[in-house]
Amino acid sequence: MQLGGSTRRAWGVASLLALGLLLVSCGPAAEATPPAQATANPIPTATPTQPAVAIRLNGAGATFPYPLYSKWFDEYAKVSNTQVNYQSIGSGGGIRQITEGTVDFGASDGIMTAQQQAAAEQRGGPILHIPTAMGAVAVVYNVPGIPSGQLKLTPDVLADIYLKKITKWNDPRIAQVNSGLSLPNQDIAVVHRSDGSGTTFIFTNYLSKVSQEWKERVGNATSVNWPGDVGGQGNEGVAGQVRQITGAIGYVEVAYAKQNSIPWVALRNASGSFIEPSLESTSLAAQGAALPDDMRVMVTNSGNPQAYPIAGFTWLLVHQQQTDCAKGRALVGVMWWALHDGQQYAPALLYAPLPQDAVRKAEVQVGSITCSGQPLLSR
Amino acid sequence: MDQPQALEQAQTPGKVWRSLLRRPASPGDGLFRVTTLLAALSLLGLLLAMVVYLFGAAWPAIAHFGMGFLMRSTWDPVREVFGALPAIYGTLVTSALAMLVAVPVSLGTAIFLAELAPGWLRAPASFLVEMLAAIPSVVLGLWGIFVMAPVLQPVERWLAESLGFVPFFRGPVFGGVGFLAGGLILSVMALPIITAVARDAILTVPASQREAMLALGATRWEAIRHAVLPYTRSGLVAASILGLGRALGETMAVTMVIGNGYRLTARLFAPGNTMASKIATQFNEASGLETNALVELALVLFAVALIVNVVGRLLVRWTVARVAGGGH
Repeated sequence: MQLGGSTRRAWGVASLLALGLLLVSCGPAAEATPPAQATANPIPTATPTQPAVAIRLNGAGATFPYPLYSKWFDEYAKVSNTQVNYQSIGSGGGIRQITEGTVDFGASDGIMTAQQQAAAEQRGGPILHIPTAMGAVAVVYNVPGIPSGQLKLTPDVLADIYLKKITKWNDPRIAQVNSGLSLPNQDIAVVHRSDGSGTTFIFTNYLSKVSQEWKERVGNATSVNWPGDVGGQGNEGVAGQVRQITGAIGYVEVAYAKQNSIPWVALRNASGSFIEPSLESTSLAAQGAALPDDMRVMVTNSGNPQAYPIAGFTWLLVHQQQTDCAKGRALVGVMWWALHDGQQYAPALLYAPLPQDAVRKAEVQVGSITCSGQPLLSR
Repeated sequence: MDQPQALEQAQTPGKVWRSLLRRPASPGDGLFRVTTLLAALSLLGLLLAMVVYLFGAAWPAIAHFGMGFLMRSTWDPVREVFGALPAIYGTLVTSALAMLVAVPVSLGTAIFLAELAPGWLRAPASFLVEMLAAIPSVVLGLWGIFVMAPVLQPVERWLAESLGFVPFFRGPVFGGVGFLAGGLILSVMALPIITAVARDAILTVPASQREAMLALGATRWEAIRHAVLPYTRSGLVAASILGLGRALGETMAVTMVIGNGYRLTARLFAPGNTMASKIATQFNEASGLETNALVELALVLFAVALIVNVVGRLLVRWTVARVAGGGH
């Protein structure tokens, strides 16, 4: 029986589809990864055991640590059978998701407000803020003729610039701190973030600490009612505005400023030294005062003599009482790895690694995570 | 019929229901009628559901602020005091600017494409104008901030220095972003729509009208002005309304070039905000009352767009009535 043209075509397509399906399903099987060995570690405490089955974890939150977390979760998947999926939707989104319980962990550049904490704990019990790395905010400027790090500012001058009380670059208060420089008679164009962000949270936290007027008039949040002037979308937006407007001043993540070679200010810290942002001066910010056990602390305006004043932690937000023990164990595993093996990846990606006492506190926090009453970190 | 785009059968509600309830010619016909009715009702239902949801989500803010929300000029997430006035102002100003720039350019382009362009140019040129509509708004926003703003900055500076006594042109200038940049970007977005619809409207003019004018000794321009344009007036108004609708709701492109200021000011070079851009920048990190206030802002935007559309339709109907009543 001769098949008609269209019937033959139909058979041809069907057989091609079948062949395709066959090839796809016979693809290489997922490689079985061996469980991680106990990491060689000077700290004589526990290492978590690996879950027997492959576990998928979901997290969401801050965009700032996204490159670092991306690298971490990638590396961790090679040495364990835990896959972590992280969505960088912003600190606010991370807090919202962990409150609603749609993710296994959240991430934030700022501490949850009392209101947010209460809402999250109402549903799932106490929430831990576990620090993972540190970052800093650089104050960048566009004043031709002044190379990066040469412009010095004091905290009150910076606050008054952002309050629009100091409006020209050659203001006597700025000249006072920069005796060697010739400052132009140029209006200062103040650039801020138009979108809400953790960077703004750290920056306004610092300004609230060093200026009573800022604290009363504007306040500390991821998004505030700025006295002026113009806003940019994201770090790129702010940097773009600063580059474009002569006489502009703005604030961006240090990593961003470094990668794009934008001139930054040497800011006077609480001890009186003018410090430029760097990985070392960022880590030192956490070594100014005793860290609280719950690590819900903003280390801006640190007391450490060599610390950069606008620095802070970035945290993972985790429920202390896990409901899914297998996932909980996997979560504890990835966090322990991040606190120890993971820190080596931070400097290359321009994140400041946690200083030792911050790691200690975080270890205690991770050790306190339980499931059905039993701590998940096995000893 | 003389004016196809203004065609309206005299339908009374009674006639419509009776035609719906009439026994179908066949079961297939009945099924067809029911499915299409469901499709139409679902659209209406979706609209209603959106309004209900928006109201529900905005209710805490509506109850808290009342009418003051529309009058206040601060947006303070720390103190939880929110007011929509600068955002409403920004939306209206940027849309007005967009129309001011886009309508003359679009109408000129449409007349050129429909009447004056040589035959070989007509199709490719129309295609290119329509391709402008295909550019995603984010891409246009990036173009705005990387190309348009740096070009606009020296122009704005010059205007501020020479015409600074006019309140609209007073400095300082912030890198080319602000209300003017927002308005220009919106005009680029509205242009292709207005041009396409206007061009189609002009093409519906029967050749006999033009030929009659030319036979009476009119010049090309006189023929267009007296025979073509009055005929298509309602179509041109409808085209402009469509363009305005797009300009009102546009978010991403405007967000990138509007500069994020929140003050009522006549200065075109000042940074501002539209309702859409305020929602876009704040919603991600908002919590508590701010989220409700943002949804209320969305509700206001919805209302403004609705009002503009209704006014536009009335305007179209009025121009039709004028032309039909006037007659030549």
